[in-house]
This record gives sequence, structure tokens and C-alpha cells, in this order.
Amino acid sequence: MLSCKWAAKNFRIDINYNTKKVRYNILLIANGEIMSYIPNTDAERNQMLEKIGVHSFEELIQVIPRKFRLQELLNLSPPLSELELTQLVNALASKNIDTQKFISFLGAGVYDHFIPAAVDTIVSRPEFYTAYTPYQAEVSQGTLQYIYEYQTLICELTGMGISNASMYDGATAVAEAILMAVRKNHLKKAIISSAIHPEFIKVIQSYTEGIGLELVFCDIKYGRTDIANLADKMDENVSSVVIQTPNFLGNIEAMNELEKVVHSNPKTLFIASVDPVSLGILKPPSSYHADIVTGEGQALGNNMYMGGPLFGFFATHKDMARLMPGRIVGATVDVEGNRAYTLTLQAREQHIRREKATSNICSNESLCTLAATVYLSLLGKDGLIEVATQSAQKAHFLANEIASIPGFSLCYPETPFFKEFAIHCPVSAQKVIQDMLNKHIFAGVDLKSYGYDENTLLIAVTEKRTRAELENYATALREMNYE
Amino acid sequence: MSKTIFELSVPGRKGITLPPRDPDIPLNEIIPQELLREKPARIPELSEIDVMRHFIPLSQKNHCIEKGLYPLGSCTMKYNPKLHESLVRYPSFQNLHPLQPESTLQGTLQILYELQNDLAEISGLDKVSLQPAAGAQGEFTGIRIIFAYHRAKGNTHKNKIIIPDSAHGTNPASCALVGYEVVELKSDSRGRCDLAHLKSIVNENTAGFMLTNPNTLGLFEDQIEEIASIIHSVDGLMYLDGANLNALMGLVKPGEIGFDLMHFNLHKTFATPHGGGGPGSGPVGVIAKLAPFLPVPLIGKNEDGYFFDYSHKQSSIGKVHTFYGNVAVMLRAYFYIITLGAEGLRQVAENAIINANYLMALIKDYYHIQYPDHCMHEFVADSTWQKKEYGVSTLDIAKRLLDKGFHAPTVYFPLIVPEAMMIEPTETESKDSLDAFASAMIEIAQECKENPELLHSAPLTTPVRRVDDVRAVKMLDTSFPLED
Ligand SMILES: Cc1ncc(COP(=O)(O)O)c(C=O)c1O
Repeated sequence: MLSCKWAAKNFRIDINYNTKKVRYNILLIANGEIMSYIPNTDAERNQMLEKIGVHSFEELIQVIPRKFRLQELLNLSPPLSELELTQLVNALASKNIDTQKFISFLGAGVYDHFIPAAVDTIVSRPEFYTAYTPYQAEVSQGTLQYIYEYQTLICELTGMGISNASMYDGATAVAEAILMAVRKNHLKKAIISSAIHPEFIKVIQSYTEGIGLELVFCDIKYGRTDIANLADKMDENVSSVVIQTPNFLGNIEAMNELEKVVHSNPKTLFIASVDPVSLGILKPPSSYHADIVTGEGQALGNNMYMGGPLFGFFATHKDMARLMPGRIVGATVDVEGNRAYTLTLQAREQHIRREKATSNICSNESLCTLAATVYLSLLGKDGLIEVATQSAQKAHFLANEIASIPGFSLCYPETPFFKEFAIHCPVSAQKVIQDMLNKHIFAGVDLKSYGYDENTLLIAVTEKRTRAELENYATALREMNYE
Repeated sequence: MSKTIFELSVPGRKGITLPPRDPDIPLNEIIPQELLREKPARIPELSEIDVMRHFIPLSQKNHCIEKGLYPLGSCTMKYNPKLHESLVRYPSFQNLHPLQPESTLQGTLQILYELQNDLAEISGLDKVSLQPAAGAQGEFTGIRIIFAYHRAKGNTHKNKIIIPDSAHGTNPASCALVGYEVVELKSDSRGRCDLAHLKSIVNENTAGFMLTNPNTLGLFEDQIEEIASIIHSVDGLMYLDGANLNALMGLVKPGEIGFDLMHFNLHKTFATPHGGGGPGSGPVGVIAKLAPFLPVPLIGKNEDGYFFDYSHKQSSIGKVHTFYGNVAVMLRAYFYIITLGAEGLRQVAENAIINANYLMALIKDYYHIQYPDHCMHEFVADSTWQKKEYGVSTLDIAKRLLDKGFHAPTVYFPLIVPEAMMIEPTETESKDSLDAFASAMIEIAQECKENPELLHSAPLTTPVRRVDDVRAVKMLDTSFPLED
């Protein structure tokens, strides 16, 4: 009876899907069982109610004022069997066009790198993915050890002394770095390079408004942070300076020169946001004396999933450990002297310090760091270099090809880049994207919505792209004959 | 004890192959030499089987839901359906870039659009943003919305948020991050908000009230109507920490009992895996007058299909996360909601409540329960009897439970109950499983009497024995010392 009422409401039926069949099956299901993953039978429930000492479930919720108790079922679509769910999801999934179907040159923070199959085998272990934050160390050594290994890898890549267990994403990681700098030096101004990811800027604004931090933006010149402009803006009140490298435009910043300007005020902290894959071939942030190193970690073995989950990494000097946000795992021993791992420096955290905590973060992105740890372990020393090298080689090859097409040019031909670069098109980037889409290519990111010129297209290339795909891309552009 | 991955490294081993370099341009011709790394990073070198033989045994050192009851109160450690895990791995979900043209994202966008609507229906609120990455980020987003609302109204004097003393630590931490001062509200002898105290601290500066309902004692705040009217009388907003929504689904709509906004924990209520501590997802729902402040973008729908809706970007609080949030978690939550439907979700709440009350009934003669009313989906017992009589603490009891094959409850929280053990069995546990857990708790109560030493030395059978947390702080060691 209920099922008739629901079916009449006609939800989700707007999907291009065999509507009649869904409705037909709905009737069957509603009369049958619901896949609610509840094991107990009516008989068991009755025994339980008896033990509790009540006659009905209603007696247990007497404290809820009667007028607040729903008299009707929620207005949701009818329940589905597992088979129907699969059919429905098949239909929905087929409305997506993914990067295995169309060749992708999209980046801007999320990258299509190759992920070895063993990564998913390991992150699919229920022992890893159904556990929670390792509060009980003795039965969480698996999680704790991989976080310790992850922290070690981040320290090694960045050259820093200590890493936390992860932040939500690259944006919140850099925002929390700015807050940490304020905890360190109590200064109330941050200088942000305008060449960092525009979405990072939005998140930084959200996270810093509350403490009344003044944000000052430093200009871009030739696709990189303008050093002279930074020097002009530096003063004794600057708590931190944030530079991303490679930056949003793909260009590698002159970190050595920038650092000298930043540390002209010895109190100012130098915050870097870096692409971890680039660290296979680029100098580690410790070499240019970064004080806090953050970044978006997705590129390390995590699928893109339309942008989430992502994870942020966060590393700094060891003597600032107590100012850090987030979980940290430490090595110690058990009562028998065996090596063991545990959550440590918890006195910084919200469950102990409450409003005085260094951050509000509780759940982080643990499983994503497991994927990163497994990914790097499979790659090894040479594998990471290879991924970074091939990405850079292929990106430069494509950049050269495009620059030779009449009407197209590199936006910053003199500036070094890693695996991503901006081009100037003879027509709007949006038109290029649409035309290339017809050729089954995701041509790049239209930078207009990020405040750049409407003819600017941002192109990312990873090791996954073949030479033939790169040549195809260039040929397709050439054949557009925009000029 | 397992070696670290670094100790297993053998120079020259590989766990991956890539095609040959093509084009092969010397690196220093494309990137200036001075920017290039001089020494390779010391990433360990292993074959694929080495990697598997490292991580699989590591995984076996974890307790997990598939091994046994995981009664971590407030965390809703329910079973994670396997079908959802396999569906979410479809290549056409995994391999989507967030900046693809909307026309190529229609399947996922439709799912997110419907999820927004379903969460709005479940909560009785008007609009939902899926962007926050976890519960605490949902709180932060919600409190920023409160801030934006008052700023838009010119309520610049409002600088305080009231939070009960039983609240989770993220609540005050999130308020502080937005710049609010936190005023702590006392609990009364029934474990609910102390109304007299509330009246004495509410004033013109009150920007809002942050409540968990059922609260962290597992008790429904039955004076909610009066609380909401007190807060609303000074133009404060009522925020619900939705961590405990599992107890309310299909029974009560938060939007109908006085709440103006809330966050959901998809990784608790909606059966998405906890991932060893994330990724989660913490969507925020609001009443209509707060909708203009939600983060951008929302997912919209028009005659052309589904799209990223930035139309309210002028009034929005902006962004809290790159792109749209933890999409893969949202997909699983959607699969869960549409599988269960209205009737299934209500069964979830009912069974969660029955399971918790049953477990409480089984152990209440053996452990002190400070607030012995019928509970909702969880309850808080404590070890004050054991502590006083035998010198056995909650920590000891928690560790002994590990020996018996269970995860421990959430311990020493909420802070208002000494020696607290917060127990949330969830609806996916069977009666047998609850009986077994209760027997273990009762056995432990007996052991406290007969052999308190045993408890102090627990756990005995876990992969490692009791871990020295103090040493971990004193001799801070957070990364493996690599050698050249
Ligand atoms: C009552 C309550 N509020 C908020 C949170 C924070 O949620 P999350 O860990 O998803 O950030 C928790 C998590 O344990 C909780 O139990």
C-alpha cells in the first residue's frame, strides 16, 4: 500500500531510464524486504524489547515530544534491491564521460597520473577502510604505522623535519599554515602570491577572516610572483608569505630569490605549497629554507573522482611541532619494549584543548595517505623521478608543438614550467574547449572563470599521455584553422 | 613488530614500469639546472610482492568492523555495504576531472543534486551544500554562515556562541576558528541543558547556540522547543551538530524542532567508511533565509540538465574546500539512501535505539550509569565503581576489551562524566553480537574484583602490548631516520 503512495510521487524517475521497469520493481521490493543491513529479526527485536522492559519501540522515545515525531514516512524514493541499485547506478554512470573515454589535459590541482592496481587492492582492505582514527593504539598498529611511513615520505620529499597525518586538501593545508604562522609570531598580516590557485585563495579567505588577518596580494610578472612587488609589500608586520610552486599557471617560482625577500624580516615564515610529484625532480623546499610546506596530495595515487577526496600534506621544522594542526603519529614502545606507534602531541588537539586547539580538524584524509604511501612504495626512488621526468618532457613537447601553430602562443615563453602551462589562443578558450570536445579531447582549463583573459587555456600533461595523443592534440588545434 | 617500508628497501627493485621515454628531452634543456634536485629523494625500492607483503600483514594488525563490534560512541561505526564500494569504483566515477565541461559530468551531478535534496528532506531543512570534507569542517562552515547572517543584518555586537559542556571538542574549536567567543552551558542533573543557566547567559551578544541532539550522553534534549525560543528571541541561530543523526532519521526532522542549520556526517549516519580517520564528508543544511550564505557552488538543475550553481556567489561565504568536496564519499551516501528509502532509514534509527537500550539493560547492573534514562542510539556508562573499589580505570577496562576481540568504546568523553565509556553499538550489530559484548563487559567487571592486576597489564593478546604514550611525546619520533 505504501509502495503505491510512493510510486505515485514519482521521484528519480526523471532519469533517462526505463521508468516503467523501475516502478514495477518498486512494487515488488516494497512488499518484500529492504536492504537496510540490519541483521536482527522481529523475534530477536521482541526479546530485546522485553529485556529492556518496554512493550514497544514507542516507549523508548517517549522523551521526544509527540508533536515532533514524524507521523509519515520521509518523502524519498522507494527502497531498492541491490540488483536495482546496480541497474540504476549503471544508468547514471553511463551519463558521465570520463578521462578514459576522452583524452584529458586538465589539471589545475587535480591530475590524471597512472595508479598501479596494487594501490586499490591495499586501500580496499576492510581492515584499513572500515577502521577509524587510531584511538586504541594496540589494535590500530596497521593504520598508525602507515601514517608514520607516510609522514616519513613527506619529510623526505620536502626535506622538512616533521609532517602531520594529513589535512582535508591543499587549500585548507595552506590556510592552516597561515594560521600556524600567526601562532608562532603573533603578526597579523599575510602576503599571498596572486599566482597561487584561485580556489586556495578563496579557502584562505574563509579560514583567516575570523582572526582578523590582513591579506595582501602580491602581483604576477611573466607568470610568476613579482619579486620586486613582494619586496615593496614586505614590512615588519608580515606573519607569512605564501608561494605555490609550480604555481597555478604551472610555472616554477624563483624560490631562492623569493626566500631572501621573505626572510628579510627574520620573523616572517615562508610558506610553500608544492606539487609532490614535482619533487621527484625539483629541489626540495628545505633547500630554499621554507618554514612550512604544504600541498595537494591527490596526484600521489588517488583517483580524481571529480575533485574529491583530496588530501593536504603539511610539514614544518621540528621545533614548531607543538604549533602544528592535525593528527601526528609518533613511534614509541609498548610495555615490553617493542617498537609501537601512537597518536602523539595530542595536547594541541580539539578533544583536549577545545577552543584553544591548534585546529578544529578531527577526521582527516587517512585512507588517501595510505594510497599515497603505497603508490610511492611501488614507484620507488627511480619511479617517482620517471613520472616527474616524463610528465615534464611531454608537457614541454606539447607546448612546443602548440607554440608553432599560427595564432597560438605560450603565455610565458621565458618562464620555466613543470607539467602544466598556459597558452594564448586566437579565440576564446571556451571555444577551443568546445571544439576539442567534439574531437574527444578535454583540451584544458578555461582560465576566464579564474579571473584571467578569456583566451587563456591552462594545459596539463602527465606521463599517461602518449606521443601520439600529444601529436593528435596539436594536429586537432592546427586543423581548427582559427587564424 | 613489522619493519618499516624503508627497512625493506633493496636498491634497484621496482614495483612499477612505465613506457619508454618518448619524447626523451634532456631535463636540463627544459628546466634550468639550478631548479633541479641534486640528490634523489630516498623513496624505498621494492617489488610489487614486497609491497603487498608489507601492507597486508600491517592491515591485519587493525581492528575493523569486519572483525567485531566497534562501539566507538559518537562515531557510528556501522557496517559499510560492499556493493557501494564496488559501484563507487566504476571508472566513469573515478576518472572524472572536476573542471570537465558540465555536459560530461551529468551522471555524478545528478547524484549530487539528488543527494542535496534527500538530505534536505531527511533534515527538514531547505538547502544543502555538500562541500565540507568532514563533520568539523561542516561545523566551521555552519558557524561561518551564522557569522555572515549577522554581518548582513548589521548585528556586529553578536560575538558569542553558546555550547553545552557535554559538547564534542570540535564545536568550540570550530567557533574559535570563525572568531567567536565560546560560552559554556552547564548540563543539569538529567544530563540535559540547564535551562536556568541558559537563560542567565543568553543576551544580545548571543550569535547562536550549538547543540548536539541527541546529545553526547545519548539523551534527547527534550526541552528543545524552549531552548530554541530562548535563542531565537535574541535573534540567535540554532545549530545542530548532526553527528548523532542516526538516532533521528525518519523519526524527527531537525528543521521541525527549532534548528536553523546543521551538518551531517556522511561517514557516520550514511554508512560510508571511516577510512582509518577519513575521508569523510560533512554537508551543511540550512533554512531558507540562510541559503544565500551557503558555499559555492551548489548543484543546480535546469532544462539543460545539472550544473554548478554559482548564482548566489555575492552573498556566499565563499569556499571551504577546493572544487566540490569529497565526491566519492557522497556517491556512497547516495547509494545508501536510495537503497534504504524512507522506510529503511526509519528502521535504521529504530534499531540503533533498540540496540543501544538493550546493551545498556545488559550491563547496567555491572557499571555505573550516571543518567539511566532510556537512551537514544548510544549511552554513557562509567567505571567509577571499579575505580573506587578496585583501582581499575576506564583505560584499563578499554584495554581489556581489546583482548576480548572488541574495540573499546569512546573513553573519557563526554567530559562531564568521570571515567566515561560512551557506547554506540549501531543498528548493524545483531543481538548475538551485543550479547557477546555484554558478556565480555560483565566478565571484565568480575576480573576487576578478582584480579585488578590483570586489568592494569591489559591488553595481553594484541599485536603490541600497552603503548607508552608519554614516551612518544617526550622522545618525539615522527619519521623514520633514513640513511644514505
Ligand atoms: C559529536 C561530534 N561532533 C563532531 C565530530 C567531528 O566530526 P569529524 O571527525 O567528521 O570532523 C565528531 C566526531 O567524532 C563528533 O562525535
